[in-house]
This record gives sequence, structure tokens and C-alpha cells, in this order.
Amino acid sequence: MTKMVPQYVSTTNACKLCKPLGASLAFRGVEGAVPFLHGSQGCATYMRRYIISHFNEPIDIASSSLGEKNAVYGGGANLKLGLKNVTEKYHPALIGIATTCLTETIGDDVKRLLFEYRQEFMQDGGPLLVQVSTPSYSGTHMEGFHAAVRALVEQLTVAAEPNGTVNILPGFLSAADLRSLKEIVADYGLIATVLPDFSETLDGPALRDYPLIPEGGTKIKDIQAMSGAKSTVEFGHTLPDQLSGGKHLEKTYNVPLHRLGMPVGIRETDRFFDVLGELSGKPMPEKYTMTRGRLVDSLVDGHKYVFGKRAVVYGEEDLVIGLTSFLAEIGVQPVVCASGGTSGGFIKAIENAVEGFAVEMPRIHEGMDFHEIGELAAELKPDFFLGHSKGYTLARGLNIPLIRVGFPIHDRVGGQRLLHIGYHGAQQLFDLIANAMIMAKQDGSEVGYSYM
Amino acid sequence: MEAVLLERQDSIHRTGEAPFVMDCNKDSLAGAVSQRACVFCGSRVVLYPIADALHLVHGPIGCAVYTWDIRGALSSGPELHRMSFSTDMQESDVIFGGEKKLYNALVELIDRHSPKAAFVYSTCIVGIIGDDMQAVCRKVSEEKGIPVLPVQSEGFKGNKRAGYKAACNAMRQLVGMGDISGISKHSLNIMGDFNLAGEIWLIREYFTRMGVEVVANITGDGRVGDIQRAHGAALNVVQCSGSTMDLAKMMKEDYGIPSLRVSYFGIEDMAESLYAVAAFFKDEEMMRCTRELVKEELSLIMPEIMKYRQALAGKRAAIYVGGAFKAFSLVKAFRTIGMQVVMVGSQTGTPEDYEELAAITDPGTIIVDDSNPLELSAFLQEKDVDIFVGGVKERPIAYKLGVAFCDHNHERKEMLAGFTGMLNFAREVYGSVMSPVWRFVPRKAETLQEETND
Repeated sequence: MTKMVPQYVSTTNACKLCKPLGASLAFRGVEGAVPFLHGSQGCATYMRRYIISHFNEPIDIASSSLGEKNAVYGGGANLKLGLKNVTEKYHPALIGIATTCLTETIGDDVKRLLFEYRQEFMQDGGPLLVQVSTPSYSGTHMEGFHAAVRALVEQLTVAAEPNGTVNILPGFLSAADLRSLKEIVADYGLIATVLPDFSETLDGPALRDYPLIPEGGTKIKDIQAMSGAKSTVEFGHTLPDQLSGGKHLEKTYNVPLHRLGMPVGIRETDRFFDVLGELSGKPMPEKYTMTRGRLVDSLVDGHKYVFGKRAVVYGEEDLVIGLTSFLAEIGVQPVVCASGGTSGGFIKAIENAVEGFAVEMPRIHEGMDFHEIGELAAELKPDFFLGHSKGYTLARGLNIPLIRVGFPIHDRVGGQRLLHIGYHGAQQLFDLIANAMIMAKQDGSEVGYSYM
Repeated sequence: MEAVLLERQDSIHRTGEAPFVMDCNKDSLAGAVSQRACVFCGSRVVLYPIADALHLVHGPIGCAVYTWDIRGALSSGPELHRMSFSTDMQESDVIFGGEKKLYNALVELIDRHSPKAAFVYSTCIVGIIGDDMQAVCRKVSEEKGIPVLPVQSEGFKGNKRAGYKAACNAMRQLVGMGDISGISKHSLNIMGDFNLAGEIWLIREYFTRMGVEVVANITGDGRVGDIQRAHGAALNVVQCSGSTMDLAKMMKEDYGIPSLRVSYFGIEDMAESLYAVAAFFKDEEMMRCTRELVKEELSLIMPEIMKYRQALAGKRAAIYVGGAFKAFSLVKAFRTIGMQVVMVGSQTGTPEDYEELAAITDPGTIIVDDSNPLELSAFLQEKDVDIFVGGVKERPIAYKLGVAFCDHNHERKEMLAGFTGMLNFAREVYGSVMSPVWRFVPRKAETLQEETND
């Protein structure tokens, strides 16, 4: 069902970001951590700007600011000076060091440099240093994100006594999603280590003073003790084993792994709640049976407004898989499922997500850019776009609504407050989609009905 | 001051404190979280608004995707500049070289979009693996019959200023290619305005009213064909001195065209710039028209500005912008609305720029080069600032602390140049400073609470 799209040499309006950005986001979700990019100054600044425009929050990403000499003779001296300066000014508990295409290409051996740095400057203690290799000439920001999570687990976790906790590796969710996730888990009476957790570090309150490092984030001691958890729940159908923190914990410490899809829509959320029920030995709390019930009731109330509507869904692979699964559940026909990612697992996962539902198999394409998505969309006459704000120009060109989800949302306030997961998230998504369809019909009608 | 690293102390000066020293225009300090970007950024921002050219970033995807539709630079026609094109280099390209991919990408995109010229930006790793961009560009240029210009903008080869220079080098190759017959003796090129929110249209209108022909916009609402004719102009007027002054110097060298430094921000600088142009052409009638124009424009905006001035009098402002030249104008613009500038800094100022800032600011004003969030937030608090002017990266620093903000960077959607722009600026400052939301932020809520308790 994947008719070939023209394979262009060039990329136009990419539907992906680069690896170090994902790593920076993941590191930002650890308590007391400062993300640090080993490369030229521009990388850190561009990524800060990109992230700020979505979260409307400060994010300080340090850089080794390599100059020409460093590119020729190696960036070690600048890396060390940078670490020293960040330590002095930010007093971090952890510095998360991600490489860039420059330092990967000149072949800096970061591991050795950090070994030297510890010898030279950290005899009397200092922050933990976690390093991850994130050359931007392969993969996307999601590979960078997962690689950073895996690096945190690999480099921080040590053998620990069983502690009855649950590890949750949620992947790239919104700040609102992370808050909701923690609430759900707590409502089951479980104590969870959610890694990463930038629900506060990238969505904090107004403050009196500029925080060197904002409060919140996954506690380092909890990461260290992830080996003692009774189970790991990891979201992501397309996550390769070598980038999976859960796989590492399973292999090294025998922590059982539950690999689930991102809990978007009813079935994926049901699966997640089943696992929580299993881990806690408790039935679904009434709060959620009620939420789920109200959700189903609302789907009934609104099903006619969305049935048969045609959607173009794009973005990060696992988010697109979750969204597609939900669209199938409410009778929307996904016509294009596209991602800039190339994990290899995308097509199969989408096929699974729509299987058994009375929809045609969508065009499923990985490695896509917006030029290619636009060509497909022009041909397939969708009713709406579902994805991040970078699809706006295409949707505008087709005169159809863009329903904004995921990252980045650069043209609206509140991207960090969008809720995608769980029954609450499904409810929000449904209301957005149904109302967008009602509004399109209302605005396009000559009558202007004031009832639906 | 605790927020300042030792190595950065010479990059901070307080007006009135002697002697004046300013350590600036050098690479950013590692680990200091500079607000600067890189060489590539410098080139990209300057060339970006040329709307009928193809802008292809040769490198991995990041550099292209972070600069997609990034500026509010408007075009009256084609909008090719708003697209993000990349060779999206993969590991195999890094190992075996990216020349072939670059060639194929260029051919594909030129065939698809029929641009008038193509700029090819090199990024960090292209500089390392040594792709011969010159050769590829030459080949494609011959085959496609359009200028294909390499921009040597490897990110690590200096700071943003080096990128401006690389952009000017690329444009220099365009200038001189066009037919200049029929250009008026009263003509100029507008340099260093990027047509954010349509500003260059306003400035062009002023010049037209004065009887001056504008040959090329460099680069706001820019066209390749106009730049190719730019050597036919009698004068270059250069705003945003850092970014296009190099090109003006090159044009002086190559064609003997003189240049004037101008600024379109604030009433004083806007008027002075127009008068300077009129004086250059030594034309009485033009000078008379200019006086008329200034008078007329002022009469339209001053009543409303005075209203804001009354409300804003005595409030304190902080400025942190890319180029120092804009900071001069902003200092004056704040005076126009009765406000006091207590901190001013830039990413790319020169020693002369900072000396001038020290000369025009009040004693005690903090002057800073290549600052960072920790320093900026400390300055905002120390000076109890009412509004901070900067770009997207400065905005959350202000907002987190409960300080008003005005976006004066290239992403803004409000016209702030010209006389109309001064009115917009006053409106925006007023709208942010006077917003009722500040009474709820901790900084003000505590003071209000104390006052209530008293």
C-alpha cells in the first residue's frame, strides 16, 4: 500500500530535526542538568531558539563554541573550558554532553576527553558527566532523544536492591502529557521514575529570580536506582533495541520490559492501563473508568462530524502511529501517514494500527519532507492536516484546517499544554478534530447554522 | 558580580567608569551560553530575503531546518526565500564526499523552481571534508545559465560577522552583471534593511517622495536582477552596518560608489538619514521635499506618541540586539518616549560601536558585548528594568522574571522602521509595559503585597 513517491535528492522543508536537539530536550528533563553541545556556537543557539519558540521558556544549552583552530587541532581544550565554565556558573548536578556533526567529523574522542577532564579538574568532585554521540548526518531528533535517554541509563544506573518502583521511558511527549502520565501512575498507587521529565523544567511558573537551572526533572538518584525497579514501561513501536533504555535495563539488570505504543487513542491507552493494572494489582481507578466512559459517550455524540473525513498525519514516527490509531477508531480516513524519520518500523506499525478498522490503507511513507507530503496531499484531497505547526503553509494552500499537535508549535500559544495521551488526551484530540470539521462546514456554509 | 565569568569581565562596561575598555568581536567563550549563532547564521540572515534566488544549505539537515521561514522578511513577488532547501547530508556523504549530491540537488532544484540565481551555503562539516563547492557551483552555473554562488559560511570559521562578510563576498559577484542604462543620477541602493513587516516599502516610499530612485534593495524584498544593476546607483545607504558595510566597501573599491551610514529607527535617526541623503545629492528642491516629508510624517505620529510618553516617562529599558548600530537608534527612540536606557548590549559590536554607546548613554548604564542569559537576567534585576528589547532568545529571560518585552529582531511581525515604525514601537512598548498582567508576577506581586500591608 505504499505507492512510491518520487525520491528527490534534495530535502525541501524537512519534516525532522537534527539529533543534538533531541538529546538536549532529553537532558533538560533531568534534575539539575545542563545540556551541552560539543560543536560550533550556532548549533546551541539555533536549537535554543527553536525550543524557546515552542515552550516559551528559557532553555540554556551550553556550547564548546569551537573555532577554526579547534576544528583543525581538535576541540578538547574548548570542551574542557566549557565544562569548567558551566560548572562554575550553573553548579549543575549533571552535564549532558552531546556531540554535533562537526565534532563527530573531526573525530574528537569525547569519552577520552572526559576521562582526562575528570583527572584534571574533578579530583574534588563535580557534576556527573553523561555523554552521547549525536552526529546530525544520520537519523533525526528522535534518535538523538532516545540515544540520550539510553546514555543516561547506561552511564548512571548501577545495580540496586529491588525497590518496587516502575520505570517509565515515555519518549518525546508534551509537558502536559508528562504531568498527566505522572498523575495516572500515581493514581494506581505506583511509584514511577519517568525519564526524562521536563514537565516543569520546560513549563515552569513565573519566578522572582532567573533560575540557573529550573526546578524539576527526573531525580538522578532515581535514575541510578532504575535497576531495582519491578518493571520498565517504554513507549515507542519504532524504537530500535540499541537506542532503548528499557532493553538495556532488561539485559543488564533483568528488569522486565513492557514495550507499548505511545498511549494515544482508546486501544493504546487501554493497553497502557492494563499494564498499570497488572503492575499495581489494582483495578482501573474510578476516575479513569469515568473519563473513558465520557470519552466513548462523546465519540458517539460527535461521530457523524468526523466519519469519512480524510486526514494527512505527519511528524515523529511514534506520535503519527498513535494519532493514526486514534483516527481509525473514530472513523477518520488517514490518507497519508508521513514522517521524516527512517527507523524502518513505521510502515508495519501503521498497518497494525489501522488493521481491523473499515478504512483504506493510507499511503505510509518514511523519510518524507513537506514538499513530498504536499505533492501527495494535493492528489488525495484531505479534509484536514494533523501535525505540528510546520504543516501550516501546505494546509493553508489547500484551504483546509491544520489541527496542531506535537512539536513544534511555533504559531500558537500553548504547545506545551497540548495533551495527547490517555483518555483525557483522546478527549482533547477528539474535540479539536470534531470542532475543526464543524467549523469548516459552518464557515463554508451560506446559511451559517447556529446549531450543529 | 556573581553572574559574570572572570574571562568576560572586560566585555562589560558601565558608562562613566574610566578607562573605557571593551573586549569584543572575538569568538564566544566556551560554556558561557552565548546568545550568538555562527558564521552560517550571519550569511543566512543577510542573503535570506533575496526572494527570487534559491538558497541551498549544503550540510546535514539541522542548519537548513532551523532557518526555514525564520525571518519576517516580506516579498512583493516571488517567495522562494521562504523555503528551506538542504542537501541533507548523510553519513555516506560525509565519508565519500558530498559533491555529487550537491550537484544533483542543485540541478533538481533549479529545474523545479527556475530561480534567478542560487546561493549555496557551506556548513561546518563541508569545511572539514573539503567538498569543492566552487567547482560544483561553476559547473552548474555553466549548465543552467544562472549565477550559482558558493557562500563560505562554515559555522566554526569565526563569529556571525564573518558570515556577513561571506554573504557580501557572494553578492559582490552579482553586482556589475546587469544593464545600468537609464538609472537616474539621483539614485541609491538601500543596504542593510531586510523588509521585516514591509519596512523597506515604507523607506522606498520616502525616497520616492524625495525624488530619489532606488535601484536595489539589499536585501529586503531583494531581487537578483536589481543587485546585478546595483553598481549603477550613485550612492549606497547602509543600515545595520555590520551586515552589509563590507559590500558597500567592496562597491566603493570596484565602482567608486560612496556610502552613507543611516538608521531608520526612531524619529531623530530616520529624519537625519533622509536629510543626509538629500544633502549628498546637493539638490535644493530635494532638501525642501525632505523637510516637508519629515514635517508631515511627524504631524501624523506625534500626538499619539506624546500620549504614550506621558504614561512611560521615567521607566527603564534594557536593550540587547544583534548589531550595535541598531542599539544607538534604540537609545534615542527610548528618549523620545521619555524612557531611560539602563543596559545596552549587542552580539557583534566593535570597539568603536561600544565607545559610541558609552558616549550617548547616561552614567551607570551597563554596556555589554556577547552576553548570556545569566548576565542578562542579573542586569535586568539589578537595574529593575521595565522593558527589555531583544529577540526570541531574550524573550523568555524577560518574561520568566516578569519583565515586559519588545521583539526587535528579525522574526518580528511589526513594522518598527520609519516614522510609522516609531509610532508602532511606542505602541508596542506601551502595550507591554502597561499590561495588567505584571501585577500578578512574583516580582511585582510581592511589592504590591508589601504596599498593601503598609
